[in-house]
Amino acid sequence: MIEKIKQRFPDIEHLPARSEEHPEGSEFHQFVVPADQLRDLALFLRDEPDLAFDYLFCLTGVDWPTEGYLEAVYHLESTRQGRQVVLRARTANREESAHLPTVSDIWPAANPHEREVYDLLGIIFDGHPDLRRLLLTDDWVGHPLRKDYEDPVNMIEL
Amino acid sequence: MKEQQPPLEEPPVVENPDGLRTEEYFVNMGPQHPSTHGVLQLVLTINGETIVNIEPHIGYIHRSIEKMCERDTYRQIVHLTDRMDYLSCHMNNEAVCLAVEKALEVEVPERAKVVRTILSELTRLASHQLWWGVMGMDLGAITTFLYGFRDREMINDIFEETCGARLTMNYIAPGGLMYDIHPNFQRRTKAFVEHFKKKLPEYDRLLSDNIIFRKRTEGIGILSKEDAIAFGVTGPTARASGFSCDVRKKQPYSAYDRVDFEEILLEAGDSFARYKARILEMWESLKIIEQLIDNIPEGEHQVKTRQVIKLPKGEFYQRVETARGEFGVYIISDGKKSPYRLKFRSPGFSNLFVLNHLAKGAKIADLVAIMSTLDLVMPDIDR
Repeated sequence: MIEKIKQRFPDIEHLPARSEEHPEGSEFHQFVVPADQLRDLALFLRDEPDLAFDYLFCLTGVDWPTEGYLEAVYHLESTRQGRQVVLRARTANREESAHLPTVSDIWPAANPHEREVYDLLGIIFDGHPDLRRLLLTDDWVGHPLRKDYEDPVNMIEL
Repeated sequence: MKEQQPPLEEPPVVENPDGLRTEEYFVNMGPQHPSTHGVLQLVLTINGETIVNIEPHIGYIHRSIEKMCERDTYRQIVHLTDRMDYLSCHMNNEAVCLAVEKALEVEVPERAKVVRTILSELTRLASHQLWWGVMGMDLGAITTFLYGFRDREMINDIFEETCGARLTMNYIAPGGLMYDIHPNFQRRTKAFVEHFKKKLPEYDRLLSDNIIFRKRTEGIGILSKEDAIAFGVTGPTARASGFSCDVRKKQPYSAYDRVDFEEILLEAGDSFARYKARILEMWESLKIIEQLIDNIPEGEHQVKTRQVIKLPKGEFYQRVETARGEFGVYIISDGKKSPYRLKFRSPGFSNLFVLNHLAKGAKIADLVAIMSTLDLVMPDIDR
């Protein structure tokens, strides 16, 4: 599986699953995808018959202020083969270029998840059919799950 | 950066074949509506009685639990998970504990594993009993509510004796159980199983074979297997469409690898199949409890872990099967006493957003039945 993806997308960074040599990894194989290749890889993973990652079971947004980007983490599973793989896509920066392409047309499950990530972290998913705030009110200012978010009234001290 | 909601467009005029001119209109259902089981607002676009579009508005009880987790220690986080899906609290507790134990590479004593499994299945039964009662009530049958609560009371009594709480348990802790089970636990659980085995056929007689109930659920809100997978629907809701997604079978945890039970898979995918899947699941839960209750191993109920747990650097994902579907805990740790980022993948979240797909073209009364069979718990969705 890993070889097949590497063959098709040679310049995508592969982070191996946790083992003796890689103690800091995750239990899944991960791929760090440049934003412009995310949709190509997503379609490849879904439509290639012996990969068939048809089930997106988790989509997480993460803020990395020290590295200077926001990240979306896609957990995928193939319901036929029972394998999992993780994609990580990073935005160019945390301010005006916090954009990623949407995958909500590839996996409809991503639609509400992307709205949530936009709401709480401020990643703008280009091409999303209905990108509005989901959990917070429409006039909320800022994105609370960012590490530098400050709310003088209900601040959670970290 | 104030964001504006797009202005509501004028609803389109629909020309009917019989020459009558009708208009689509909007109806607000909720946030305070008895059939939403919590604070969920649905904006319905309706043509007569037929639903054209549903837009769920959530977040009324958003408490930012994921942000709070970035401040709390891992022991504290376990307690927060009770406040999400309050009908699956043992399973939610277990998910965080399993993730922490996986990261620490701690092996939990056999006794704790078996007790955790029994508690999970009791919780699943209690959740399904409540759902069954409420489902009947949504469709106009008050008796089911009383039956469901009568039997759930016995489970709540077991929980109260075991851990002192009836709703938010906080009983499963990293390393095992917080303290050992009550001496009465096995006796009372067995008494409950005997009692409920007689009562479950009564559930069938009262509701499953009721002609009004069948007419209101059969063939309504059909979800195909492909759509269930694509929308990320899990739990009995998805298994009624034939999507084999039971984490207890796929990636067994605790004592699920040594018990014999069936994964309930149905084909129809309509409201009645979703109903039937949960009724059949209750039989499987009883089966699991019966296999384990006399075989609780002796020994320690927990292994010693540090009071303030520090996880190694890395990422840890744990999936468990709650009463509503797949619950996931995703921890990104930077080696400190709190997680760098913690994400809860709640089953209800994905199950809710298939509602528009399911109920399009149905009648308003059917929407209530469809929503009932999705078994939504709003705190789980809003987090």
